[in-house]
Amino acid sequence: MSKNKVHLKIRRQDGPDKPDTRRWEEFEVPLLPQMNVISALQQIQLEPKTKDGKGVAPVAWDCSCLEEICGACTMIINGAVRQACSALVEEIAPHGETIVIEPMSKFPLVRDLVVDRAKMFEDLKRVKAWIEIDGTHDLGAGPRESAEQQQVRYALSRCMTCGCCLEACPNVNDSSHFMGPAAINQVRYFNLHPTGQHQRTERLESMMQRGGVAECGKAQNCVEVCPKSIPLIDSIGHVARDTTQHMILRWLLG
Amino acid sequence: MAAKNQLRSASGQVRRVIVVGGGLAGLMTTIKLCEAGIPVDIVSLVPVKRSHSVCAQGGINASVNTMGEGDSPRIHLEETAYGGDFLANQPPVKGMADAAPGIVSLLDRMGVPFNRTPEGLLDFRRFGGSLFHRTAYAGATTGQQLLYALDEQVRRYETKPVVDETGLTLPGEVMVRKLEGWDFLSLVLDDHGRCVGIVAQDLRTMDVQAFRGEAVCLATGGPGMVFGRSTNSMICTGSAAAKAFRQGAIYANGEFIQVHPTAIPGADKLRLISESARGEGGRVWVPKDASDTRPPGQIPQRERDYFLERMYPGYGNLVPRDIASRAIFQICFHEGRGIHSNKTGKNELEVYLDLTHIPETQLRQKLAGILEIYEKFAGVDPYHNPMKVFPAVHYSMGGLWVDYERSAAGSLVDGSPRNHATSIPGLYAVGEVDYAYHGANRLGANSLLSCLYGGLVTGPAIASYVGALASSSQDTSSSLFETAEAQERKDYERIVGQNRDKDKGENPWHLHAQLSEVMLRDCTIERHDDRLDRVLDKIGTVQDKLPKVRIDDTGQRANQSAQFVRHFENMVVLARVIAQGARHRAESRGAHYKPAHEKRDDANWLRTTLARHSGEGQVEFLKSFDYECAGKGVHVTDEVDVSLVQPRERKYEQAGAASEQARKEAPVEAERGLS
Repeated sequence: MSKNKVHLKIRRQDGPDKPDTRRWEEFEVPLLPQMNVISALQQIQLEPKTKDGKGVAPVAWDCSCLEEICGACTMIINGAVRQACSALVEEIAPHGETIVIEPMSKFPLVRDLVVDRAKMFEDLKRVKAWIEIDGTHDLGAGPRESAEQQQVRYALSRCMTCGCCLEACPNVNDSSHFMGPAAINQVRYFNLHPTGQHQRTERLESMMQRGGVAECGKAQNCVEVCPKSIPLIDSIGHVARDTTQHMILRWLLG
Repeated sequence: MAAKNQLRSASGQVRRVIVVGGGLAGLMTTIKLCEAGIPVDIVSLVPVKRSHSVCAQGGINASVNTMGEGDSPRIHLEETAYGGDFLANQPPVKGMADAAPGIVSLLDRMGVPFNRTPEGLLDFRRFGGSLFHRTAYAGATTGQQLLYALDEQVRRYETKPVVDETGLTLPGEVMVRKLEGWDFLSLVLDDHGRCVGIVAQDLRTMDVQAFRGEAVCLATGGPGMVFGRSTNSMICTGSAAAKAFRQGAIYANGEFIQVHPTAIPGADKLRLISESARGEGGRVWVPKDASDTRPPGQIPQRERDYFLERMYPGYGNLVPRDIASRAIFQICFHEGRGIHSNKTGKNELEVYLDLTHIPETQLRQKLAGILEIYEKFAGVDPYHNPMKVFPAVHYSMGGLWVDYERSAAGSLVDGSPRNHATSIPGLYAVGEVDYAYHGANRLGANSLLSCLYGGLVTGPAIASYVGALASSSQDTSSSLFETAEAQERKDYERIVGQNRDKDKGENPWHLHAQLSEVMLRDCTIERHDDRLDRVLDKIGTVQDKLPKVRIDDTGQRANQSAQFVRHFENMVVLARVIAQGARHRAESRGAHYKPAHEKRDDANWLRTTLARHSGEGQVEFLKSFDYECAGKGVHVTDEVDVSLVQPRERKYEQAGAASEQARKEAPVEAERGLS
């Protein structure tokens, strides 16, 4: 394999209703300095031909910020779910190895590498992932917070809703309703906030519903793949404990 | 006579406002509209949580003066006007500076995890163009945190039913509906030129559809993609603004494009390293000896040229961005003193941004977000090695022209329908897509603020406008919308079908590279008239080639090639607005620098550039125009309102020069900040 080329093998499909178009296509594009998987895909747009010289439509994929903060370009690269922007060619294929790219499998396919993650945003509604402010009019400063607590909350707040944790979770699948780690982490995040606590009960009750925290199988894959190193296992642990406590109290107090 | 019912049209339909774009400005506008009881449809290219606001890093300015430095909104106003080289109308800037402390409190109440002081108050850091600690921040991902907080509030409204004046819930109607993954195609204008809706396209099914709106607000961000690689997201093409311009909206100060001094190069984009790195003490330097091949850690202090500190002792590494970028360009490009690379044997276009003298724990608490970016993308540990950076296109001060109504106190009249109104009745613009707050150069950490303040103002302005409407867009003849929809469908089919019968057509991405290359080279930090003429020629050539574009995707699903062609056709129009504005303006001011006209020329050029589309992507400049807002005629000229801060020459060599007037007016308070 030539070293000044990048070799890509990409899983393609024209649409969800066209399973017959599911196929692999291979591409060879020039190697550029500081190249990532996004710039390799961009090279295909400039010269949309497979390795065998067959003219094809450019590959469809999602992306926006290209600095791993919007979460859009999540896909499976060499078997691992991650953002394509921070997948540097030099690191994942230092000797010109073929880079294999597939769409995430836990979300409905749109086309090629594009999937629809609307479910994750819907789940944020279910767990009431917000602070109930009275309005945007002037009501003075928010509650004081220790620097220590801020650092804990900040770490939890960085979730980009990218879907890596859902993709890696064996309990998120076609036959389960499990919301996955991302939404559970939001429950912990908002329950930690002095004002957010006012809706703590509602959030914990959402965790007792179908798809809630009890459906975590403790595989711990989520924390391995989270690009923002969010302590997802801790969050699941906290929320599971709080939910159980809440259940017992509710039962005791009738 | 106003429409009888604020919530429902004569035909019984719910009256909604359309907000295009779901970044900070669009979401804040949405929240304010909802609070005024007006339901909103948000149309966004991406799920709003992925909007470009996430990329803002350093923080948000607010003169709360909790650090006891004597800071005040008065000084914030002055430093913003001064930093912008006096091209901004000052009443909106005053409104923004006065509102800033309240805005930060609001965000605090929404749960934004701002960094804290030991006492549990918000922490503030320094940013460019000021000597005061004025910038609240959440690590180095402040934009992300602010966007998430607003996204959460808007999600709340997605679950809230629409309730009419009698308290009745309207079945199936929620306060906010989101159309995410939809591309704005055009405005729908009625026979009187009033904006009554939009046409948009679903980027999955490619379905084209018209939507009715009592008013439309564009909050679609900046045009960074015109320059190819920039710090902007891929969605920042300026397409919606360009289309509105083509449909008659005036575009203002297009030539003012901010180049951020510190970004890291990449094949796909230039990644920003926030000004907060310098706000926390980062220093910019190159070796004094241009042929020095030693690793930076082995070059002693005395053999380093901290050129910003040397050239601008008053503000040092925190001079405004236009000045820092020009200085880096001077060192690297004209003097050939960029960092020497052992690999290439050349002096590269790079300087050091050095944080290694700051304790690692402090950096991790305050700057981890950006240092992770450097580590991931440059592959070098920035805690122990100086970063290598170079300027990159970052922000557009110019944008769609928007109005304001001045209050007696020199600020904005609350709820005036003129605030943030474009020259098309019923069309509003807010956020980076407007031109209102930053003059010729934006100060760091003022962009998040201007988006939020803009939203706080635009929501009530639209509510006033809608309240005064005599008829609802819901009652406008449906043939108007059907025609607009059919036209856009035909245009989409044109893009997919054109030149199919030819062997070869122009590849749109190739053409884009040709355009952006000249824009980046000749229309950014330094501008020369002869080169700008060549840029304009090139834009003409690219424009001539547009009909020859052929895409390789005939798919009827998620056809990203067709989407790109449409955006690119609009980018070419904006490129001309930018380049022709630059050619036109015979002076240097803020980010617009012409070595042949070294000085600012207030006598001739303290004027807003007002550009109007004159057909086929051509641009004409106006001294004045008239437009109609809420039934009243308004006469607009290119004069700038500088009634609050007297224009004077910028002198960042001298500490405190940017806040001189305020310190004269309230000497005791403000002096403390300089001690």
